[in-house]
Amino acid sequence: MGATQETMHHVGTLDMFMKQIGRIVELNGEQIAVFRDSSDRIYAVENRNPHPKGGPLAEGIVSGHYLYDPLYDWKIDLTTGLVQAPDTGQVKVYEVKVENGGVWIGA
Amino acid sequence: MNTHKPKLVVIGNGMAGISTVEQILKLTTQFEITVFGSEPHPNYNRIMLSYVLEGSKTIDDIVLNDWQWYADNGITLHTGTKVVKIDETHKEVVTEEGMRVPYDKVIIATGSNSFILPIPGSDKQGVIGFRDIADCNQMLEAAKTYKKAAVIGGGLLGLEAAKGLVQLGMDVTVVHLMEDLMERQLDHQAALMLRAELERQGIKFKMQAQTVELLGGERVSGLRFADDTVLDAEFVVMAVGIKPNVEVARNSGIEVNRGIVVNDYMQTSMKDVYSVGECNEHRGVCYGLVAPLFEQGMVLAKHICGVETAAYEGSVVSTKLKISGVDVFSTGEFIDGPEHTVIVSKDDWKRTYKKILLKDGIMVGAVLYGDITDSAELQKLIKQKTTMTDELYNTLMGTGCCGSGAKKAATVETMSDDEIVCGCNGVTKGSIIDAVTNQGLTTVDEIKACTGATRSCGGCKPVVEQILQYVLGDGFKTAAKQGICGCTTLSRDEIVAEIKAKGLQTTKEVMHVLGWNEPEGCSKCRPALNYYLGMIYPDTHEDEKESRFVNERMNANIQKDGTYTVVPRMYGGVTTPEDLKKIADVSLKYDVKVVKVTGGQRLDLIGVKKEDLPKVWEELGMPSGYAYAKSLRTVKTCVGSQFCRFGTQDSMSMGALLERKFERIDYPAKFKMAVNGCPRNCAEACTKDIGIVGNDGGWEIFIGGNGGIKARLADSLCKVKTDEELIEVCGAVIQYYRETGNYLERTSEWVERVGLEQIKAVAVDDLNHRRELVERVEFALKQAEEPWSKMLNDHDSRSKMFHSVEMKG
Ligand SMILES: Cc1cc2nc3c(=O)[nH]c(=O)nc-3n(C[C@H](O)[C@H](O)[C@H](O)COP(=O)(O)OP(=O)(O)OC[C@H]3O[C@@H](n4cnc5c(N)ncnc54)[C@H](O)[C@@H]3O)c2cc1C
Ligand code: HEM
Ligand code: SF4
Ligand code: FES
Repeated sequence: MGATQETMHHVGTLDMFMKQIGRIVELNGEQIAVFRDSSDRIYAVENRNPHPKGGPLAEGIVSGHYLYDPLYDWKIDLTTGLVQAPDTGQVKVYEVKVENGGVWIGA
Repeated sequence: MNTHKPKLVVIGNGMAGISTVEQILKLTTQFEITVFGSEPHPNYNRIMLSYVLEGSKTIDDIVLNDWQWYADNGITLHTGTKVVKIDETHKEVVTEEGMRVPYDKVIIATGSNSFILPIPGSDKQGVIGFRDIADCNQMLEAAKTYKKAAVIGGGLLGLEAAKGLVQLGMDVTVVHLMEDLMERQLDHQAALMLRAELERQGIKFKMQAQTVELLGGERVSGLRFADDTVLDAEFVVMAVGIKPNVEVARNSGIEVNRGIVVNDYMQTSMKDVYSVGECNEHRGVCYGLVAPLFEQGMVLAKHICGVETAAYEGSVVSTKLKISGVDVFSTGEFIDGPEHTVIVSKDDWKRTYKKILLKDGIMVGAVLYGDITDSAELQKLIKQKTTMTDELYNTLMGTGCCGSGAKKAATVETMSDDEIVCGCNGVTKGSIIDAVTNQGLTTVDEIKACTGATRSCGGCKPVVEQILQYVLGDGFKTAAKQGICGCTTLSRDEIVAEIKAKGLQTTKEVMHVLGWNEPEGCSKCRPALNYYLGMIYPDTHEDEKESRFVNERMNANIQKDGTYTVVPRMYGGVTTPEDLKKIADVSLKYDVKVVKVTGGQRLDLIGVKKEDLPKVWEELGMPSGYAYAKSLRTVKTCVGSQFCRFGTQDSMSMGALLERKFERIDYPAKFKMAVNGCPRNCAEACTKDIGIVGNDGGWEIFIGGNGGIKARLADSLCKVKTDEELIEVCGAVIQYYRETGNYLERTSEWVERVGLEQIKAVAVDDLNHRRELVERVEFALKQAEEPWSKMLNDHDSRSKMFHSVEMKG
């Protein structure tokens, strides 16, 4: 945040992402876990588990706009990055845009 | 008419002050509340600083009430602001900067300060106490620069600090004045055992040493003891005790002894001024633990709100050291004197120690070391001044552990409602009961989410379970049998019946038609439904990758760093030099971190990158070993009649045959088998889902064994004469388990739930039924595909699932 301006990057087309199965996008050296939900909404979060032991997120189970992380089964809201009770934490969320079948991520 | 809310000012933003405010807010919103805290942080869990130091929690993790909480409750919070006195004449609280805030009532909750030894040099740089976040941060910083540390004080706090510093890589010596560690909580025996264990964990000790001076220039460089010996240390933590922080009270003319003197309702000598927590002294006692202050806070809150309450009459204190791998617990009176009857059991082999003290037959205290499972029970009995009986003695000191369930529930029954069940989070029995009765909660997890009980150390879980059982009574069983997860109230059997009756085909359809309250389910029900559908429609159900746990979706085991483990099939645990060579070549080429022999006689290739998985499978050219699946994992074999001088049956061939035959289809949970050539049982059939033991005229089949988290020896199911019959019975048992097992239910639990007799009747004795089961399992087996080669041919999924999208920045 702060003064740096986010730019939107075109990272591919919608059909490169399977429904409810995450895929990693590497952008500016960062790993971003991108998810497409069952109604074709796209979410992008940092591919780093907010659990103290870390690990990836992209392989979790997607339900609505929630993700169950693959290692510890924490429930994470993909729209806000917030970990749901009783666990706590937050992952970084990136801005996304889907336009004419193209997927854009702000970073 | 007075339209102003009465003003309540709380001095001290710590555990006692804020838990009292929380209690008050539960009772009324009539007060306008202002809180002063001298630290710059919102309210946090001081106890957990030990975990922050040890590295298992961060400061953010231990915040109890964040800034938003104060705002939401209309509380004015002044952090970094020290109160210096209470001006009784003007009824105002005065801060260091001269701010004056009027009050109707005041609660002093200023806690304690670390006691710093009054010896030369104790004001040098690098000498600190262990009390707050600032101290904790200093230790974390110091560990980056300095190597040698000394902790003065071998009590609870000192030991936790020492462990934390060791964990941070420092060389730590604990200096203790007494002969025994934690002499205020433990007896000599337990203290010795504790010291031995902590030495094993890397802490050094210098006992019976009186520090008389801290050496060094501006910064500390060492300690000098009474006998003139010297210990080098670049960093010193003093943990020799705490001093109630009575400054505000003293400045205001309130009666102070060691702590601020209060009566049974936490009233001080000044009108409308109360004191709670470590800063006060009640009936001559200053407490230094959280449980008493929660109890005091509860009485105070009711009193201040004008709600009738029993008087606070003091607390029985219990102690637990928060160092992993060290279980120490003490409660009540634990140092035996001539007035006590002492019951002791000491076990040097298991390194456990248990002592219960009686006075006139009544239990007054206990010490546990090594095994603290009875701590909650003992605490309760001692608090209630229970008389020791033969029966109690047997349950507490006996080796057996039968039939104590009923009694446990009864102890919960006699607990008072405001007794604290979860010490970490200050949750009372009453609030748990409220949550259960008013919100219809039925599981420990729900109670955790709602009240916070069991969230932190988990020590209170047994009691929470007992309360659940006590409140729900018979309903506990019915309630426990409720939905397969939070998304539905339907049980497994109901779901399976509905799927069949309504012909439901996909998880989505099931959730929709059966009224799931979470439209796309969760990580518990989605994989379960996917399994049930596959079991019911082996030929038509389209497996849902998105409902599979990562391991099964990727067909490899995820490791904590996000790499994967690949395990090729080796039927019966037998391989060839050619295959071994291939495994070695592929491991080298793909930079496998470790090759490990597994417990099931297979080879783990650990540390394969996700994008390399398809190539690794391809180049191995072997089938998947299913080390990740809820499916047949391995069939362990012994050498058998091919080579073994004792072998009567060819266990290697039979193992390989069974593994080939029953692999690939889904089971409710992972499934392991073993085949032995003779009753010597070298392949350990007794801990497998199906264990087979060869004998001179055939085979004996065992089921329901488990070597895992709940070890269970397998039960003998039957004996068979021929190989054909062996395969048939195995098939029938497997299918019966597939059809009736709950998802994730191992056979060890399944056998106990369904009953060995029932399984025997259906899968062995009733030949018609047996044949039908075998037909159904054969049908399912026919549909199964090898997952690795299948994925290799699916080019679309292969790139989408295994490869990331790379963007140039
Ligand atoms: C590292 C550590 C581990 C512990 N482990 C355990 C454990 O395992 N089990 C257990 O039961 N107990 C444990 N304790 C003890 C427990 O933390 C205390 O009993 C408890 O915090 C006391 O609560 P309190 O509110 O009385 O004091 P505190 O929590 O210390 O709160 C007092 C607050 O008042 C503020 N304050 C003081 N003076 C003023 C002033 N003049 N103006 C404004 N604000 C002021 C202070 O900044 C402080 O935040 C541990 C303590 C420590 C330090
Ligand atoms: C934040 C506060 C506390 C923390 C972090 C803490 C930490 C722990 C830990 C790590 C355990 C071991 C759990 C296990 O692995 O089995 C434990 C057990 C226990 N704690 Fe706490 N403790 C806290 C406060 C208390 C208090 C105040 C009490 C009682 C007054 C208490 C009573 C117990 C009991 C009885 C057990 C043992 C339960 C059992 O093993 O059956 N705890 N605690
Ligand atoms: S179980 Fe019997 S046949 Fe198998 S290796 Fe052991 S002794 Fe030999
Ligand atoms: S007592 Fe530690 S979580 Fe409840």
